[in-house]
Amino acid sequence: MTTFFRVALVAVLVLPALGAAVVALLPARLDRSARIVATAFAALTLLPIAALPFTRVAGGPWFSSSLAVRPWTEVDVPWVPALAVEFHLGVDGVSYPLIALTGLLTLLCCGYTVGKVPDGGSGRTLAALLLVLEVGILGTFLALDLVLFFLFFEVVLLPMYAVIAGWGGADRRRAARKFVLYTLFGSVLLLLGVMTVVTAAGTGDLGALSGGAGLSRTTQCVAFVLLAVAFAVKAPLWPLHTWLPDAHTEAPTVGSVILAGVLLKMGTYGLIRIGVGVAPLGAAWAAPVLGVLAAAAILAGALICLRQTELKRLIAYSSVGHMGFVLLGIATLTVTGLQAALLGNVAHGLITGLLFFLAGAVKDRAHTGELADLGGLRESAPRLAGVLGFAAIASLGLPGLAGFWGEAFAVVAATRRGGPLWLTLAVLAAIGGALTAAYFLRLLRRVTHGPATPAVLGLRPVIAGPEWFAWAPLAVLTLAVGVAPALVLAATATPMLALTGALP
Amino acid sequence: MSAQAVDHVSLLPLYAAAGTAVLVLIAELAVGRLAAVAGSLALGGLATAVCAIVAGGSRRGTFCTGAACSWVPSPLAAVAAVVFAGLTVGVLALAVPALRLGTAPPGEFCFLLACSLTGGVTVGYAGDLITLIVGLETLTLPLYVLVGLRRFAPRERVTTAAASASITFLVISVVSTAIALLGAALNYAATGALHLSVLVDAIGPVRPVAAVGAALLVIGLAFKVAAVPLHAWAPPTYEGAPLPVAAYLSTASKLGGVLALAAVVSRLDAGSVTAVLAVLTMTIGNLVALRQTRMVRLLAWSSIAQAGYILAALAVGGAGVWAAAAYAVFFMVLEFIAFAAVVALRAPGADGGEIVNYRGAGRRSPWRGAALVLALAGLAGLPPGLAGLFAKVTIVDVLIDEGWGWLAGVVALNAVVALAYYVRVAATLYASAPRVGIAVADPELLEAAANPRRPVPLPVAAALVGGALVAVVLGFAPQLLFDALS
Repeated sequence: MTTFFRVALVAVLVLPALGAAVVALLPARLDRSARIVATAFAALTLLPIAALPFTRVAGGPWFSSSLAVRPWTEVDVPWVPALAVEFHLGVDGVSYPLIALTGLLTLLCCGYTVGKVPDGGSGRTLAALLLVLEVGILGTFLALDLVLFFLFFEVVLLPMYAVIAGWGGADRRRAARKFVLYTLFGSVLLLLGVMTVVTAAGTGDLGALSGGAGLSRTTQCVAFVLLAVAFAVKAPLWPLHTWLPDAHTEAPTVGSVILAGVLLKMGTYGLIRIGVGVAPLGAAWAAPVLGVLAAAAILAGALICLRQTELKRLIAYSSVGHMGFVLLGIATLTVTGLQAALLGNVAHGLITGLLFFLAGAVKDRAHTGELADLGGLRESAPRLAGVLGFAAIASLGLPGLAGFWGEAFAVVAATRRGGPLWLTLAVLAAIGGALTAAYFLRLLRRVTHGPATPAVLGLRPVIAGPEWFAWAPLAVLTLAVGVAPALVLAATATPMLALTGALP
Repeated sequence: MSAQAVDHVSLLPLYAAAGTAVLVLIAELAVGRLAAVAGSLALGGLATAVCAIVAGGSRRGTFCTGAACSWVPSPLAAVAAVVFAGLTVGVLALAVPALRLGTAPPGEFCFLLACSLTGGVTVGYAGDLITLIVGLETLTLPLYVLVGLRRFAPRERVTTAAASASITFLVISVVSTAIALLGAALNYAATGALHLSVLVDAIGPVRPVAAVGAALLVIGLAFKVAAVPLHAWAPPTYEGAPLPVAAYLSTASKLGGVLALAAVVSRLDAGSVTAVLAVLTMTIGNLVALRQTRMVRLLAWSSIAQAGYILAALAVGGAGVWAAAAYAVFFMVLEFIAFAAVVALRAPGADGGEIVNYRGAGRRSPWRGAALVLALAGLAGLPPGLAGLFAKVTIVDVLIDEGWGWLAGVVALNAVVALAYYVRVAATLYASAPRVGIAVADPELLEAAANPRRPVPLPVAAALVGGALVAVVLGFAPQLLFDALS
């Protein structure tokens, strides 16, 4: 049985890679079929992903409970002994929700491209790139070796650049270049941090390294600073976020969805798994700074959003605020805070993915994303307006929908942490939460209410099949996670307890 | 005194390489056809590689006085010989279409390339400074001629670019050799050591003399890898040389310099000089590369910057040699693919041209475009060029391990700068057709008409596919190289 699950674990990476190769090799005249093949491969990838949770029941390797990394199932093969790199994959309660989210969003995006290919290049190349992105993102979440993690972290860089530069909006070249240079800057810091840890500890194995085993306080602090800045660029944390609005605004719809839905999560996941996991002393040392920056990100994101005049740009900036809540949760270094961060990750992926799909749909129909030119959408396209309203309300954190838990409990965790600093941060974050409601309601008032503008009057109200295919699962899961957050948090309590147990 | 015992097995790679030169000469005299000459060079190159593998890297040295030997097989030397042989055969394959056109006399071209190969093999196995410098000169000397070796068709416009490139290269190279020899002499005067195995830092009153000698030796050899501030010859020389020769200059010739530097810095204390050269080389190489508009100039500046990363590993001293060697091999493969893809995308015998000329080339010829993207991504250290990624990891690993964290930081930041121009070239390959001033029904059709499909000559295709295969294999199994080096 364990062999079966190991095969499943490797299949999670091999299937999309194989799919990308097959799709890229199909001739140009089979473009539509190629996109369908890509969707089929994305769907196939979901099968091993769906099988992974059963390994818990089947009884994977059972380590002592003091370890923060206790994978349900794992594959561990030496790869490059000279550099101490192991091909070590594993899945546990922390990474699984993100893995499932990645598999789902890739499937939805591939399905979406079957219906509509953005201008710029061939649809099959786009679908192949989406599958390559999936390999990189899944690999990052599965990697239990530091160098392997770094390697997969790098895999997504150029494909995402190509997606933005190839299929994006008018100013795509500049936005793509900004994205790739900014994130490479983060990656090289990650490389420095990873190598600092690996050379100091003599191993890159996350299991052996968890709790900062054998690393001096200085090493941990240096490593954590390098890692935190690296992940802060990816997440992104204010003030390192400036690549994000441009990339999101110019990227095609599917690019934005993948970028906001799961690519940003590589940063926050890395911060939890590697930053806090490998350098807990460094994390405890830097936590106040991280908390202040997170609160600043929440407020800055919300205030900037209040002034935005473009639909996609507004949603992009809202990501800065939402990721601020996630980082605040991490910065508290408490079980509640870390769980809030994990939940916030997934919720943001679902809701913002949906929001970007909807923004893309509105822009495609109205041929403009300017809020000034939009208005009265509920009269000309009531269904579209309804789904948009649902997503916006979910994103502003209405209780009962997915967005609520992560943000509320990040604030709760900061309050529980106590002390003047964390109380202030909690208050500021709560104010930021209120501002989030303000700008999303402003968005709804501008787009769905009011008199219909010429751009909206003429738009096509019918929602096509591929669009329902892409939106419906996200809306359903937003509701499901909102009602039952245990869906995400079920298996995170033990790893989080172990993680915080290693803190000073 | 008994006759000196000579271990002929360990000399096999040299015999094979030198024999290749002779074979080419005979083939040229006896048959005189391109196929025969090029065939014998390819065969000889393969034989050299096989001999290097058969002789292995663990044999005892030969031509010894006491414990010190002048011909020292080592794993690094064996790998270097294989790489030299592979690059020679590859460059020959890239040159075949131009040779068919008659832009250079095939006999001379192949003979000079074989001579250069012989020098390269010698550098790898050299056990004393004189053998090292003689090997390096044997590697470089034929290149002066190869750079300027250009025949023109009766109607063709005659340019002196190649000749002036050749003169630049010759003058700079002679000066650098003189400096290196002066350094070796000063060092010998101070310590009496010529053999690499007894090369040590001097102590006592002669110490300053030896230190100056070591610094001069490093500086003289740094010319060969085109380290800043001794780099000015490289861009005009690459630009003026025929494309295959430029490929050879930026790979094999550079490998010779790296091997020589590695031999010196691993024994003498030249860490600070090398570190300064490394920082200058990578930073200035990358910054200037940002502004380049011609393909070969861009590759030249990028290869200067890449030499900076190798120098950074060498600054560490003996512990950095294997990392520098590994990086050099990864880099050679990727750089060769880049040049091979450029050759494949251009007309036979043409130069590298402007970067804007490559607009849309990746869409018109997907495979050649993909190969160039693979090479550029690898040079930038990113997947899908996994070989390049492991190269960067190796360098950063050894730098941090040996306590040179700040230098690792400089390397990392330079990697970000470098990506800016690699990505610019890669994006140009896939850029859509430019808008023209006049109204055209379909700019794509106009573009296709202006750039007729050109089939890739078989030897070039073989070189490109071979290089890409090596890069992919090394990317997924870098341990193969690390095993071979240790």
